[in-house]
Amino acid sequence: MKKFLIALLFAPVLAFASGGSVHVDKWPGSVGDKAALQNGAKLFVNYCLNCHGASYMRYKNLVDLGLTEQAVKDSLMFTSDKIGGLMAVAARSDEQKLWFGATPPDLTIIARARGEAGNAGAGADWLYTYLRSFYRDPNRPTGWNNTVFENVGMPNPLWGLQGQQVMNPETHKLELAVPGKYTAQEYDKQISDLVGFMVWMGEPQQEFRRTLGFFVLAFLALLFVVAYALKKEFWKDIH
Amino acid sequence: MAGGTYEKYKSDGSIGGNILEWVDARFPATSMWKGHLSEYYAPKNFNFWYFFGSLALLVLVIQIVTGIFLVMHYKPDAALNANGVPVAFASVEYIMRDVPGGWIIRYMHSTGASAFFIVVYLHMFRGLLYGSYRKPRELTWLFGVGIFLCLMGEAFFGYLLPWGQMSFWGAQVIVNLFSAIPVIGPDLSILIRGDFVVGDATLNRFFSFHVIAFPLVLLGLIAAHVLALHETGSNNPDGIDIKEKKDANGIPLDGIPFHPYYTVKDIVGVVVFLMVFSAVMFFAPEGGGYFLETPNFYPADPLKTPPHIAPVWYFTPYYSILRAMVWNFFGLDAKFWGVVGMGASVVIFAFLPWLDRSPVRSIRYRGPIYKTMLTIFVICFFILGYLGTLSPSPMGELISQVCTVFYFFFFLGMPWWSRMDKFKPVPERVTMK
Repeated sequence: MKKFLIALLFAPVLAFASGGSVHVDKWPGSVGDKAALQNGAKLFVNYCLNCHGASYMRYKNLVDLGLTEQAVKDSLMFTSDKIGGLMAVAARSDEQKLWFGATPPDLTIIARARGEAGNAGAGADWLYTYLRSFYRDPNRPTGWNNTVFENVGMPNPLWGLQGQQVMNPETHKLELAVPGKYTAQEYDKQISDLVGFMVWMGEPQQEFRRTLGFFVLAFLALLFVVAYALKKEFWKDIH
Repeated sequence: MAGGTYEKYKSDGSIGGNILEWVDARFPATSMWKGHLSEYYAPKNFNFWYFFGSLALLVLVIQIVTGIFLVMHYKPDAALNANGVPVAFASVEYIMRDVPGGWIIRYMHSTGASAFFIVVYLHMFRGLLYGSYRKPRELTWLFGVGIFLCLMGEAFFGYLLPWGQMSFWGAQVIVNLFSAIPVIGPDLSILIRGDFVVGDATLNRFFSFHVIAFPLVLLGLIAAHVLALHETGSNNPDGIDIKEKKDANGIPLDGIPFHPYYTVKDIVGVVVFLMVFSAVMFFAPEGGGYFLETPNFYPADPLKTPPHIAPVWYFTPYYSILRAMVWNFFGLDAKFWGVVGMGASVVIFAFLPWLDRSPVRSIRYRGPIYKTMLTIFVICFFILGYLGTLSPSPMGELISQVCTVFYFFFFLGMPWWSRMDKFKPVPERVTMK
């Protein structure tokens, strides 16, 4: 009967095969690096935004990366969107579903969604590893597979930069079969920047949040001294 | 003390004095001020554990005020917007990004939800430590249990509103539980959802419950909780009655006016609490994935079940008890007994005043049996809570069954074991430790 109860609560879980435990590399970047974030934004609008939306994010907020509105318009906006508009996807989701088998998810807060309980950086690490783990697989309809996300619907959009990896059937390791624009090290840096942008985009005010936090805590520390002195003064006669 | 009669305010001739006299002739302003604050005599020996009542009130205010502002931009709408995202989910991100200061308000509210339970659990634990529920404070305790139940409902309804994956599937699992109740169950769960599946109707009625119905009931219960407390007077860490030793004016010898003594002391508690609260809010607003669960950053998708559905941490002990019940009794499904066990594990707190038969209130004068039992109870509570966050496993199930048995033995065996203890003599007057 236990099985029945569990099955009732968790039946759909069994059908949902998630990646399982795969080795994940640590994302080497940080959200404080403006130049890296700008490069990440460029990569994002060039390679991701065609199919994925970032539909909670406004182009205008990209100025926080140290760009002028004109620079955003010139180099990061390809459609006739307004600068105050959302970074919506141009492709239609019903068509995409036909092409890829699933609608590509919105990426605005993907770095947060991919996080894990008890591991704040897990989302960034996962993305950083995932985007470097595509390989050619003739058995897949798109011709691509991924070691981190098995049988993923997405082909590698960055193959021109990374080149084409293949799975070595003996070592089960990925090897570069066709070189791309960048060396492996250069490519890792590009992906690090791209992941950095997605981490930043997940919560654009996160740096400000932490800065504000220091001021709030400093104020409260000061208030504590005053409040404690007040309490001491009032209570000095109570024994 | 509360309920006493106070002389009406007589003006000293100043404008402020005249206004107060005018008001006082028409409204019990002075009487309420004195009865509940400046002449409400509280024991002078309150310790660390006595901060959490006022802190719970503070968190309530935080939740109500931030809630008012969140409602200004939040939209309880499950329909998809032009970008294929549910309107409710998108409106939360709108608050986080486009509403000036919205992220602070939202993080205060989400951190406040967890803080509310932390503070209330510690407040309840204080009651267990010092026997605060014992005669004559049974009604204070019962109102408190009512507040706790209400708070659980409030949290449950509120958790659906962001309309993320965990919101949706958590509600799905919990509402489905009601269908296990014999005869009325299936119709009851449809009544709660307002639909055959969790959907727009569910979202809208949960929104209504969360922002109107439950806060109203909560406020009423809190008022009753405080009024009942002020009628009997507060208990204290020694568990003795300060009203038994009074001076010539009828003021308890060990009592001090709540205001200013405990107002200034509680301000210190408030500042320390706000430091912890801010540390979480500004530096780890996700609470390590326990205050804001990561799957909730995906919008609700009725076609895609998350790999692991776990309630938020404050419900996990009861969730474990639910999962621990795996046997069919009396021809009724195990799921039904799980629901009964989960409900009973919360409601059973209400019976404490009548289950506890020890001659003393406070743990300070109880013997090793109570100390051992309470320690094991707390450990079981933590283990159940931890297991509730994990996927089900045979070992986890066995451990949670053992803990569940002890959880109920703590309460149901109390009439016997609470009497068997070795007790220390209780002092005449309170002690300042």
